[in-house]
Amino acid sequence: MKVHIEFLLGLTLLATSCSRKGASTPALKPTGVGAAIVESSGGKQFVQTGALLPQPVVVQVNDEKGTGVAGALVEFSAAQGVTFDPATALTDSSGQVTTNVSLGGMAGQYQITASTLDSSHKKVELQLVEIALGYQQTLGRRLNDQYCDRCHNSESTAERVSNYDNLEVKPHPFSEGEALNRMTDADLTAIITNGGPALQKSALMPAWGNTIGKSDIQALIAYIRAVSDPASRDAGPLFPPTPH
Amino acid sequence: MKEKLTSLRQKLFADSVRAFGVVSVIFLVSMAIAPAKNFFSEWRHYQHGYLKTIHNRSDANTLQRHFTSGIQQVWLPELGVVDRCTTCHVGLKEASLTDIPTQPYRKHPTIPHHLDQFGCTTCHRGQGAATTVSEAHSSTLAWEQPILPAKYIESSCGQCHRGQLPGTPQLNQGRALLAREGCLHCHTVKLSDGTTLKATDDPPSLSHIADKTSREWIFAWLKDPQAYASTATMPNFKLSDGDARDISAFLIANSTPVPGDTVTLSGKASADPAAGASLYGESFCASCHAVQNAAGNIVGGDVGPELTRVGTKAKPEWLQAWLRNPRVYDPATGMPHYRFSDAQIPTLAGFLQGKADSDFLANVHLDAATPEQIAHGKRLVSDYGCASCHEIAGIKEPENFAPELSRIGSKPVTQLIFLPGMQHTLPDYIAGKIKNPRAFSPGLKMPQYTFTSQQIDALSTALLSLNERSYSLPPSLQVPGRVETDYQPAGKAGKLMTDLACFSCHRINGHGGDMAPDLTWEGSSVQREWLVQFFKNPGTLRPALIRRMPRFNFTDSEANELTDYIMTVYQSPKIDRDSMPLSGYSQGEIELGKQLFYGKYSCQGCHIVDTKTDKGYIGPTLTHVGSRLTASWIYQWMKNPQSLRSGTVEPNRSMSDEDARALTAFLMSQKGGEKSSGGAKAAKTSSQTQEVAKR
Repeated sequence: MKVHIEFLLGLTLLATSCSRKGASTPALKPTGVGAAIVESSGGKQFVQTGALLPQPVVVQVNDEKGTGVAGALVEFSAAQGVTFDPATALTDSSGQVTTNVSLGGMAGQYQITASTLDSSHKKVELQLVEIALGYQQTLGRRLNDQYCDRCHNSESTAERVSNYDNLEVKPHPFSEGEALNRMTDADLTAIITNGGPALQKSALMPAWGNTIGKSDIQALIAYIRAVSDPASRDAGPLFPPTPH
Repeated sequence: MKEKLTSLRQKLFADSVRAFGVVSVIFLVSMAIAPAKNFFSEWRHYQHGYLKTIHNRSDANTLQRHFTSGIQQVWLPELGVVDRCTTCHVGLKEASLTDIPTQPYRKHPTIPHHLDQFGCTTCHRGQGAATTVSEAHSSTLAWEQPILPAKYIESSCGQCHRGQLPGTPQLNQGRALLAREGCLHCHTVKLSDGTTLKATDDPPSLSHIADKTSREWIFAWLKDPQAYASTATMPNFKLSDGDARDISAFLIANSTPVPGDTVTLSGKASADPAAGASLYGESFCASCHAVQNAAGNIVGGDVGPELTRVGTKAKPEWLQAWLRNPRVYDPATGMPHYRFSDAQIPTLAGFLQGKADSDFLANVHLDAATPEQIAHGKRLVSDYGCASCHEIAGIKEPENFAPELSRIGSKPVTQLIFLPGMQHTLPDYIAGKIKNPRAFSPGLKMPQYTFTSQQIDALSTALLSLNERSYSLPPSLQVPGRVETDYQPAGKAGKLMTDLACFSCHRINGHGGDMAPDLTWEGSSVQREWLVQFFKNPGTLRPALIRRMPRFNFTDSEANELTDYIMTVYQSPKIDRDSMPLSGYSQGEIELGKQLFYGKYSCQGCHIVDTKTDKGYIGPTLTHVGSRLTASWIYQWMKNPQSLRSGTVEPNRSMSDEDARALTAFLMSQKGGEKSSGGAKAAKTSSQTQEVAKR
């Protein structure tokens, strides 16, 4: 009984931004059946808690040969508080379904399941993870843009040329979980505050301790933990889809 | 039935002793109702649940010690906070409870404020004094304000913080949209400190529009502004053909010519698109103006209007006159007076004229306007409040044309009219209204915008921050934002700076744009000779930036006038220009500075001193820094860059005076010309050097 009430409270908290559309969608009649469901785009995005992902999630239903199947019914599900627009849809002529996703109100990793039924009415599923950033991580993300990204991100855009290739010793991209998950928060704090030489690393990493405040450095670390791939131990809770 | 009742009454109240007994039992039972209700109350279940949750944890003892049973309360009379949320949300302050995935027992995420100082409802809304889940979280008969959905939570920061915060991107974006997308021209927003929010966009005057464009263009634009330019700020008023016809008739009839505006220049628009394109590029028009490229992407700045189809809009003679001196047509325009030569104007005009789209006006055929149409157009212009945004001769700017939004964020739900199928909450109402205003009533004048869902969320966040609480919070909690001054430089140089629209990009003494460096202390920073040369031929300081200082065709006297003013007036009190010499540093100091540059401080990560070896692309190139900056500026910059330019990315290395002086000596020795001789990192493969050249 008590467990039930706890669950209800969680539901109340998370459901404040619950879907308006899912309930009233008329039943869709599938005209095609696939054998597999794959991601086209939109996995592993970062956004503030409760907010709409910047890019829609696009998945594709394929037949045995890997060709897109039109008219297959795809259903999206996730933890309470995550909304899909639409939550169920039929694939278009290229076999794809596009949905706009808003994440729940708690910071953490949200598992998103896209499923369809194959010809033997068995469920085939695709799991994606989207990341909701809390206040600290959102702040860290902004500080990363200002101070870190130009060197730690090798991707260049016309508006923002990366400095990564120009550096004799290559910095770790913050998604590089393999390397960064091994470093403790104390290590990260030390290298950001006192520069590379603090951990016997390159002096090309300057000391930021007089420029970025202590709490801002904590925010940066929270952001680095949130976006690391594979996920860091400190990435925040994983929210699996709520069973129907 | 009646007999049964009668017999029951006779049994229970047969004699006075029995009657007394029965009444006593009823009394005792009723006495027990209140304690029983208390015993079975929801919050007790949560507190039991918490104790069970922490029971097997390694830190159970500590958590147990922190736990107090019973109703908890944060009481902050100054803020009007009586919050009992911590009765059920027991673990909010427990640092170790981050491994519990969700509320009510998870630790509150780290924020810059403390629960005991602000309570819960200051940010989350809801009914703080309630002790049941539904009463605390939802709208009830006695309490309207439900919990604020997580996606709008940044609005609560905006109740006190008037300016941009690094941790609230959505609120910042919403406020920028509010100011930039025209909302504030019709809706007044007063803040609790008595100030009024100001629009940052600058819709053009329509008093002389016939000089600039045709009636057909106005018609097509009115029907669908985004068909002309997808980035257009002007919203769609969903006008009928007849109404658009009449408004265009009125605007043309009402327009008066600007003397000297449409004078045809000697040169005809040139048909040399290559020369025009390179002049467009050299003049850095794209720093402010965007053009949609073949792939459909919008490329360029958003300070001025998009130019994808400008040839369809602008009359050729007007365009030439505008390029010659935009201030003739619009004295307050943000466009600089470029001082193009008589040969350059037709070249650039011809290039822009080529940016045309014949489809845009293909189906527009308007007969000559009748006086009735013109009169009707004038009425429509008044009815739709066009003069709220645009200056239109003969039409007064309406006051309070649309409802004031100063407290929209706490508008009672009972005063709102919802659409069928909408959730009855204020955020949903605000978002719905921005998304599709006319759906709420076809007679509404609010136009249709083309905001994305994400922009609507941001705008809703900004609007929700305008609420009663922002007025009732103690003024001492208010954190003012950046104040925009109305600074204007004086004299001849001041006129020149207005003419060149320096403030469209540069900020000085709290006034102006953010695209280019703040020049408040430029006079302490640079050397006079360099500045004169820079005005005449602006070189590239930061190779990675695509927005750059354009080249204006200055006369010598203009360049000197402006330089003298900047050198005299824009001086920092922190810097004594003459305290350090521009040259004459000892070889020892220079050599030490070089070692520090490449070693201890590894400046080459971001800067280039020797183009053969260094590749840093983030800060300005320093090959000529010794002829550009003053030594005292460099010295102070080494000591504390943020003290000279707040927010600059250059880290403060808390350098010793000796290090700073040596680095200053080294940098002042970089006067361009012959390269410094190698150094520690001289040996480089040629492929790496080529890579630099490619970029």
